[in-house]
Amino acid sequence: MADTGQTVAGSTPEPIIKVRDLVVGFGDKLILDGLALDVMPGEILGFVGGSGTGKSVLTRTILGLVDKRAGHIEVFGNDLDVVSDAEKRLMEKRWGVMFQHGALFSSLTVAQNIQVPMREYLDLSPAMMNDLAALKIEMVGLKPDAGDKYPSELSGGMIKRAALARALALDPEIVFLDEPTSGLDPIGAAEFDMLIGTLQRTLGLTVFMVTHDLDSLASSCDRIAALADKKVVAVGTLAEMLECPHPWVKSYFRGERALARLKG
Amino acid sequence: MTITLASPGFEIKADGDHATVVLSGEWTLDHGRRLEHVLHELPASLGAMRHAALDMQSITRLDTLGARVMDQIIHQLGSDGVKSEITHALPTHTKLIEAVRNRNTPVTAPVRSRVLDILVDIGRTVVLAGQDMLRGISFIGEVILAIGRALRHPGKFRWAALVNQLEQIAFRGAPIIILITFLVGCIVSQQGIFQLRRFGATAFVVDLVGIITLRELALLLCAIMIAGRSGSAFTAEIGSMKMREEIDALRVMGLNPVDVLVVPRILALIIAMPILTFLASMAGLFGAGLTAWTYGSIAPDTFVTRLQSVITFKHFSVGLIKAPFMAIVIGAIACIEGMNVKGSAESLGQQVTASVVKSIFMVIVIDGLFAVFFASIRY
Repeated sequence: MADTGQTVAGSTPEPIIKVRDLVVGFGDKLILDGLALDVMPGEILGFVGGSGTGKSVLTRTILGLVDKRAGHIEVFGNDLDVVSDAEKRLMEKRWGVMFQHGALFSSLTVAQNIQVPMREYLDLSPAMMNDLAALKIEMVGLKPDAGDKYPSELSGGMIKRAALARALALDPEIVFLDEPTSGLDPIGAAEFDMLIGTLQRTLGLTVFMVTHDLDSLASSCDRIAALADKKVVAVGTLAEMLECPHPWVKSYFRGERALARLKG
Repeated sequence: MTITLASPGFEIKADGDHATVVLSGEWTLDHGRRLEHVLHELPASLGAMRHAALDMQSITRLDTLGARVMDQIIHQLGSDGVKSEITHALPTHTKLIEAVRNRNTPVTAPVRSRVLDILVDIGRTVVLAGQDMLRGISFIGEVILAIGRALRHPGKFRWAALVNQLEQIAFRGAPIIILITFLVGCIVSQQGIFQLRRFGATAFVVDLVGIITLRELALLLCAIMIAGRSGSAFTAEIGSMKMREEIDALRVMGLNPVDVLVVPRILALIIAMPILTFLASMAGLFGAGLTAWTYGSIAPDTFVTRLQSVITFKHFSVGLIKAPFMAIVIGAIACIEGMNVKGSAESLGQQVTASVVKSIFMVIVIDGLFAVFFASIRY
């Protein structure tokens, strides 16, 4: 399991995201070198790594926001290098992204933020769109009146929820979450973890979650991938992570903080 | 009606007052309009039926929109007095419909009166304008206090910021201001000669351009240019600092934002405006002289001699006396608007616009007041 990022041998379903031999660098510095990763449909994959090791870079490369030097990325079975612009647009409709700081449009209300992708891609009456936006707001656990608020009037936790609602606007198959629980208090973080779990089960989502939160990893992730030395050094369940001999993974999952968290 | 296979649809099989409604197709966001049709048609087509079984067996895909529409149909049937039930639903579909069930009672928009709305709008605008004025006066007071502090403790004053602002406002602003006043001087001179020639009074063009440039034109052009160029920059700079909580950061460090951000800018404006007005006057007179020479055949030495006899020091000083007041007005409005920026990008744009519009308006109002004042003291 160490280098290839393959799941347990004999697993039948095709990965929904397949990354092979990925090389990404800025200037003369390589950030990712020969990275491989599979994300299976319907799972919640937690992605961990030290600060500045390139977790966000990998996410942004998969989303097409950062150019890669070499390697292959397949999403929904399409190679990102060969798809046409029209196909790329169709793919973008099938994934939702929640950025670390929300990236809500500051001049639009929460409901209008959620309706931005709807207006772009869907043919719906305004009444139905309002109803759908209200539904998404309710699904992520915000109060109905949050829809008319501007992002500057929201608390940190509400911004995260509103950003998640926008990511879910088009019922995507994959949701990318960049540090969804960072900056939330432990109770808020636990609620958010539960929310993601519930949504994943009801909507059948695949979730790719970059996180530092050991509680999230323990409570909601099906599998964990660890990034170190510019590649994915370990993939597996939490139990498998605890057995992993790699020094960084060991210090992450078996350090004092982690042991106190996971055992307590 | 031709329907593609994937498109959502329904078929009613009636049996007495019992109906079996066979639903089919992809109930997803891609078929949004079609689903809305189904939502309206299905309850209407049931007519006098009292019982409906909604058969979901042929639904190939269901997402949140489809589930929501299903929920609304059941709701609608319920209020029409039709008992309905879902049959043959996949467990995942049942779960989804349960998850999207509308728990909130629909919000009804409050009844609004047009007349009342307009009255409320007018009232609010008046109150806001009053508050605006009060805030402006108190802000100018704050700035004067801060300038007083700076004078008492010159060692603490931010000289670097002042010099930096002077470079931005005066040094970098000078070329464009000189250019436009030069061009306007040319135009006024040409028009003057053209009109005065009919009375054989071409020579009076020197009086005309000399007085108008020194007393009004150079200053007004300068103030309008500075409001557009530096006022907007002040508002945008302070506004974006406000948006990113940098102003709050200054406050908690015990630094007064007025001392740090506002005073250097306003002082720089007060110093720069007279200098720029002087440069603008010279450029305007030069343009006027050039046009008078080439277009009106008034030789440069004649132009200068006549200028000397017409223009006294008071004409020259009127423009320069007004300059610092314009500087304070432009600077204060720009900084107040910057401080009023709220969290959004849109609000930043609005405040910058307001800053430029308000300062140009106030510059012209104050210029008018000065004209009345100088006329009454015969200066």
